[in-house]
Amino acid sequence: MTALSAPAPAAPPAETAPRRAPSLEALGMTKVFGGLVALDDVSLAVPAGTVHALLGENGAGKSTLVKCIMGFYRQDRGDVLLDGTATAIRSPRDAQGAGIGMVYQHFTLVPSLTAAENLVVARADAPSVIDWAAEKAKLAEFMARMPFQVPLDIPVADLSAGEKQKLEILKLLALDQRFLILDEPTSVLTPDEADEVLGLLGAMARRGEFTVLMITHKFREVSAYADDVTVLRRGKRAGGGATAALSVEDMSRLMIGETTIRERAARAPVGEGTVLELAGLFADNPDGSRAFAEISLKVKGGEIVGIAGVSGNGQSALVEALAGQRPLADGRIFIRDEPFEPTRENYHKYKVFGLPEEPLKNAAVPRMSVAENIAFRSFDRPPIASLGWWLSPGPMREKARDLIARYRVKTPSPDTPIEHLSGGNVQRAILARELSGDVDVLVVANPCFGLDFASVSEIRSQILEARNRGAAVLLVSEDLDEILELADRVAVMSEGKIAYVAPVGETDRNTIGKHMAGHGAGHAAAGGQR
Amino acid sequence: MDAFADTALFTLLVAMLGGAIRVSTPFMFVALGECLTEKSGRINLGLEGNLVLGAMIAYAISFHTGSPWTGVLAAGLSGLFLGAIHGYVCKLPRVNDIAVGIAMMAFGTGLAFYLGKPYIQPSAPRLEAIPLGEWTGIPSLAQALAINPLFFVGIALAVGMSWFFRNTRMGLVVRTTGDSAPAAKAMGVSVDLVRFLATAAGGFLAGVGGSFLSLSYPGSWNEGLSSGQGLMAVALVIFARWDPIRCVWAALLFGAAGAIGPAMQAIGVTQGFYFFNAAPYILTLLIMASSARSRFSGRDAPGELSIVK
Ligand SMILES: Nc1ncnc2c1ncn2[C@@H]1O[C@H](COP(=O)(O)OP(=O)(O)OP(=O)(O)O)[C@@H](O)[C@H]1O
Ligand SMILES: [Mg+2]
Repeated sequence: MTALSAPAPAAPPAETAPRRAPSLEALGMTKVFGGLVALDDVSLAVPAGTVHALLGENGAGKSTLVKCIMGFYRQDRGDVLLDGTATAIRSPRDAQGAGIGMVYQHFTLVPSLTAAENLVVARADAPSVIDWAAEKAKLAEFMARMPFQVPLDIPVADLSAGEKQKLEILKLLALDQRFLILDEPTSVLTPDEADEVLGLLGAMARRGEFTVLMITHKFREVSAYADDVTVLRRGKRAGGGATAALSVEDMSRLMIGETTIRERAARAPVGEGTVLELAGLFADNPDGSRAFAEISLKVKGGEIVGIAGVSGNGQSALVEALAGQRPLADGRIFIRDEPFEPTRENYHKYKVFGLPEEPLKNAAVPRMSVAENIAFRSFDRPPIASLGWWLSPGPMREKARDLIARYRVKTPSPDTPIEHLSGGNVQRAILARELSGDVDVLVVANPCFGLDFASVSEIRSQILEARNRGAAVLLVSEDLDEILELADRVAVMSEGKIAYVAPVGETDRNTIGKHMAGHGAGHAAAGGQR
Repeated sequence: MDAFADTALFTLLVAMLGGAIRVSTPFMFVALGECLTEKSGRINLGLEGNLVLGAMIAYAISFHTGSPWTGVLAAGLSGLFLGAIHGYVCKLPRVNDIAVGIAMMAFGTGLAFYLGKPYIQPSAPRLEAIPLGEWTGIPSLAQALAINPLFFVGIALAVGMSWFFRNTRMGLVVRTTGDSAPAAKAMGVSVDLVRFLATAAGGFLAGVGGSFLSLSYPGSWNEGLSSGQGLMAVALVIFARWDPIRCVWAALLFGAAGAIGPAMQAIGVTQGFYFFNAAPYILTLLIMASSARSRFSGRDAPGELSIVK
């Protein structure tokens, strides 16, 4: 805990001297999962005090590579060199001892512990009996030196996604790690928050305080903050070099090869009749507080209504309510003027489909196979089921195979548990399930979280095509660019209410941003310019 | 005061108070043990087996050594043994903790009945109650306030556990393991080891709870000693929302409910005797039904429990 007790950064005490930014090399890393070669002889060199970006499609093996470096997985072949010497890292604890820390792609904070407890328990050298008064004082002093803050005394479960991400990064800094591995650290941050975090880390790396290896899908961040790039493709190193020498086109070609990205279809005109109507919806949180109130919206066939807003303003509750996962306290949903009750039968009858955020958690059963997960909407109907109860695995796997091919889901086989797919591929598998049939109403939430640019483009095309085929689409997204690109109309949600509605052609970023910021919600100035 | 002391209501209340204190003690130990195990992310439904085996072992060891406290310790160790088996088996791949728990319950009670046959007749030294009510001068109250020392051990344990979960590194690690296994793994903590230790320690506590059944007044070992307290304690932990201090209150409540039947008998109400005896079970049902709908229970549940996932 030298960082917490050091009096001033300018004059580090003697014992902190060896804890300077190290260089790291990974040589010939190979990792095989069952029959799938996730990493094939990949090498990577990160010089001391630099920021290195690791790029690659979903499922390219980026997370696997860094998890091997961290000792979370054991590589089948390959070595990790720290400052030029081979270092055996057998567990994350060894990595912590060697000064390597990582922010995982999926949060590794403990939801029921407070931020302060999370910070303390993460330390390998935490005292057996914790003197909270002293620890809190140290943490407060540490926080005071940080450019962004996170409340320390409430359970992490109550923090917003952005705050959790910041806390993960603060955790590494508090641990005084010298080699930081960040697996998609900005996927839940707004562009401004991302700049704040990456700007800080970049500046500290330049001062030689640590070295950063970061995985991201955002070229903007690579160009702005990374010194060097390594690109993986299907488990192999596809190329790399100094960021200055690579254009975005170069990087994307390295990522996906010569595959062409599907052209976005032209927009068909918006339909006439209202298909989906939300009439005065209210719902509560489990703790009794209001989640959202007075939500009234009409969506026409062939129209995309985008719901913008800073995360935590009731959007996810609204998506849950529409998916039948949260009861409405008041109000009604109408589909083609008929009242809609969220039952499985009705979802089928009215052709309502959806892609909630975090699909692995909200729309999949992690331990069931990809084929079974893809069959969730159809397993009780012919041809998979006969007489309504007899399931035939043949047609189920047949259908799964077909959709896996059509939606290019990368999976070792249809029988792999879906939790073993990379994040992007889980998303595709669920989208394949939800979009493959006739769709009248589609509710999607943050569909492109954590996807590589090719998948983003693919999925946005799919959504637009569903719209062009006449579906009424409600697109809830924290990415304003996505809304401006896809939506016909935009509605802004702030503090659980709809604060603003306008056709996309008649509004702009700034106006939307102002309404997103609502009534002075401090961290909400996200809608501004890039 | 004296006039009130003669009323039926007073008799009933005193009988319930004494009953609550007496009956709650085994509940308390089993619930605290279960609480510890569940906080680490596992459910051990087998604690009924620990309770019964603990009761038998405590009695036998007390009989042989003449020291009831040695019996208590041995009961704890027998519980530790059963808990360790549960903890070990559960870390094998594709093993379900609930199923193992039920098997362990059958194993523990079966073992106790098998080993316990020779101890049904002999009489072993008991744990002496601490007379705290002599000063009142009211015999019924004095009897109710003759409290077994294990009751106080249980309360101290609850306070200690509550402190342990908040203020020690091990406590935080147990909570981490119970709430998010990936987080624990990312910290380099061995999830299986933590759960193994927590299950074994929880088993120890349940075993100690068992010793109370056979070594407290009137003190005997027989096969009908436990009436499902070990199972009800699981419900009690849910009701207490995984908080050791609340476990004590919940145990007292269950204890009082269990004392209603005998207390009614004491004041001469014989109508509905079976109904009053069923009070703790009815309470268990009501609690399970209402806490399933409670707004908070889901929030406080350790995220790794197989029933929550
Ligand atoms: N524990 C595992 N068991 C089996 N296969 C796995 C496991 N972990 C990863 N894989 C497979 O290894 C491949 C690489 O996965 P990885 O998570 O490294 O991808 P990624 O590049 O991080 O993708 P994303 O951008 O979606 O996060 C994927 O095909 C995935 O299905
Ligand atoms: Mg990844």
